[in-house]
Amino acid sequence: MPTLTVNGKEVTVEKGSTVIQAAEKLGFDIPRYCYHPGLSIAGNCRMCLVEIEKFPKLQIACHTQVQDGMVVKTESDVVKKTREHILEFLLVNHPLDCPVCDQAGECWLQNYYMKHGLYDSRLDEDKVKKSKAVSIGPTVMLDSERCILCSRCVRFTDEITKTSELGIFNRGDHSEIGIYPGRELNNKYSGNVVDICPVGALTDKDFRFKCRVWYLKASPSVCTGCSMGCNIEIHYQLERKHIAGGDRVMRFKPRENEEVNKWWICDEGRYGYPFIDKNRIHKPCRRVPDPVSKDGQKDMSPIPWDKALDMAAQKIKEIPKDAWAVLASPQMTNEELYLAKKVFGDTLGLAISLVSPNREGYSDDFLIKADKNPNTRGAFELGYNVLKTQLEEMVRKAEAGKIRGLYVFGQDLYEFLKPETAEKIFGPCELLIFQGTNWNPTAARASLVLPSAVFAEQDGTFTNFQRRVQRIFKALEPMGESKPGWEILAGLSERAGRKLSYKETHEIFDEIAAAVPVFQGLTYTKIGKKGAVLA
Amino acid sequence: MPPKTKVIKQRELNFLEKLYIPEVIRGVCITSGHFFKNLTLHSLHRIGLLRHIAAAVTIMYPEIKRRYPHRYRTRHRLTKRDDGTPRCVACMMCETVCPAKCIYIVAEENPDPNIEKQPKTFDIDLGKCIYCGFCVEACPEDAIRMDTQIMNIAGYTRESMYYTKDRLLNPEREGDIVKPSGSLR
Repeated sequence: MPTLTVNGKEVTVEKGSTVIQAAEKLGFDIPRYCYHPGLSIAGNCRMCLVEIEKFPKLQIACHTQVQDGMVVKTESDVVKKTREHILEFLLVNHPLDCPVCDQAGECWLQNYYMKHGLYDSRLDEDKVKKSKAVSIGPTVMLDSERCILCSRCVRFTDEITKTSELGIFNRGDHSEIGIYPGRELNNKYSGNVVDICPVGALTDKDFRFKCRVWYLKASPSVCTGCSMGCNIEIHYQLERKHIAGGDRVMRFKPRENEEVNKWWICDEGRYGYPFIDKNRIHKPCRRVPDPVSKDGQKDMSPIPWDKALDMAAQKIKEIPKDAWAVLASPQMTNEELYLAKKVFGDTLGLAISLVSPNREGYSDDFLIKADKNPNTRGAFELGYNVLKTQLEEMVRKAEAGKIRGLYVFGQDLYEFLKPETAEKIFGPCELLIFQGTNWNPTAARASLVLPSAVFAEQDGTFTNFQRRVQRIFKALEPMGESKPGWEILAGLSERAGRKLSYKETHEIFDEIAAAVPVFQGLTYTKIGKKGAVLA
Repeated sequence: MPPKTKVIKQRELNFLEKLYIPEVIRGVCITSGHFFKNLTLHSLHRIGLLRHIAAAVTIMYPEIKRRYPHRYRTRHRLTKRDDGTPRCVACMMCETVCPAKCIYIVAEENPDPNIEKQPKTFDIDLGKCIYCGFCVEACPEDAIRMDTQIMNIAGYTRESMYYTKDRLLNPEREGDIVKPSGSLR
């Protein structure tokens, strides 16, 4: 393993690694545009030039392999001057339309100009005009003038998605990024080119002009779109209510995790955030014959939480235990699933089962999984059983008129049952309690609706298909009067005569770690932001 | 150190002042002195005499309005391009810098790719505005100015203090623009 010196500090790195990686290991941030750890090396932006002793010229740090005894200087005067000039070259034809550019605020040209540029423009000539605001696919807008031709997007479509929609066309300063004739950038991962574009050349149509990036706050989380559990950041803003009609979540961005999604995320996950703000259940509701609801849902009348929970507990007592069906969902966190089992199974003595849509979604061999639930694996590990047979059993029981009480967690039964089958279940049912986040046909049929918080509004953990337990963090306050699922379950448990003293979800997780062997030894601290694999 | 206090004794009135009538007469003399001086000077100014000696000036507000200095910060307006569309490109610089958070912009697409972005709504809540002028300073497009010379901003409701894009683009419609009047600066 070669040992080299970077800015006077010695570091030993693996053979074959590059100077930029060695410098990164020591904490020196060499500016770069074209280098991306997830892509092949192009070495065309020249921004990472560094001085290496015994080399006659400056070398690009991203493509120079380390050798034993190398002496690298990344902050010498000649390097600094070179960076300034390189930046001046890159900005020669840049339109400087930052006021209308969505990248402004997270733009590497802006950042590096402030850090390494700060020169006065010497350009007297006219800038080369290229096409602006061109739609190159369902999700991405292209502005060729802003592009610095780093070719990250081209390499992404060549190497990661292997779809090769993008290329560089023309010569000299007329070169521009473009789409091959007759194609469009419509693969399942197209949104990633926006993330890797260091400038405002590729911008997101979904985010276009919605919000300035400096308004955003970020919170780490995990995508709930499928069982892959890609690490994401939730970008939200709360202060300016006039933006996007008062929505809080503005976009999802992938978060690097070498073990799960690397730097990427699929478009389905990326654009799967609107349910956090749209069509939410704001208050506990009770069905009344008279339509007086303010929530926009017919026949639903809001009631206080205390009354709602009292009512639920009362009804659970009234209907015989064997006539109850409790349907948990793989959308729930490990903590909620564990607590649901504890409250309904142990305390109330009802049969609780896990149901999930049995139709499978699109999947590939990269990130998208067929199982569109984030925590199916977690449910198995916590002792929930096979999905399909349980559902069929329940349908049979319901058809025989044996189910009088139904407690549904979040899912829309119409989604995976035929309407007539669903009617057969709901018809004879005396009481349907729905605990969930958004209005759906099942919620609209319920006698009692308990609003719960979405994943972005609570702490917890999901277990992905690799058996990796990953944390979700509370980014937002629960909308309206909704509460995290575990608080609702604790409220029910208290009314059933068993008080639970949880104040935070980590107490529930510690209990899981003690009770379930595969979770043994895990804590929130151990899981951290990158997750931990089950024993 | 305790603050120094200076005790001022009220002056005693002298005999003549205590008589009251002479003081009243003195007061009437001062007032009429000014009156006749101004009457004479204004009459002479009319026929072109003694113009170099100033007479007292009263501005007959609100019939006549004084023109404020150029840098005086008055009600905002949005400037227009030659074709009448707003210059604003909804970059949100003013919204960001505004310390009172009284500017509310929603952006939309402009069909011209060389403009690209324009405000769908641009509202200023003048009930909240502190007239600091940061929005004017921050604007990269010279799209917002505070030079309408409109000062009498009042309303019976909070909603009427809420100025929309249309009102900000067309301040002349409110009929309160000050026209420079001859003898006044």
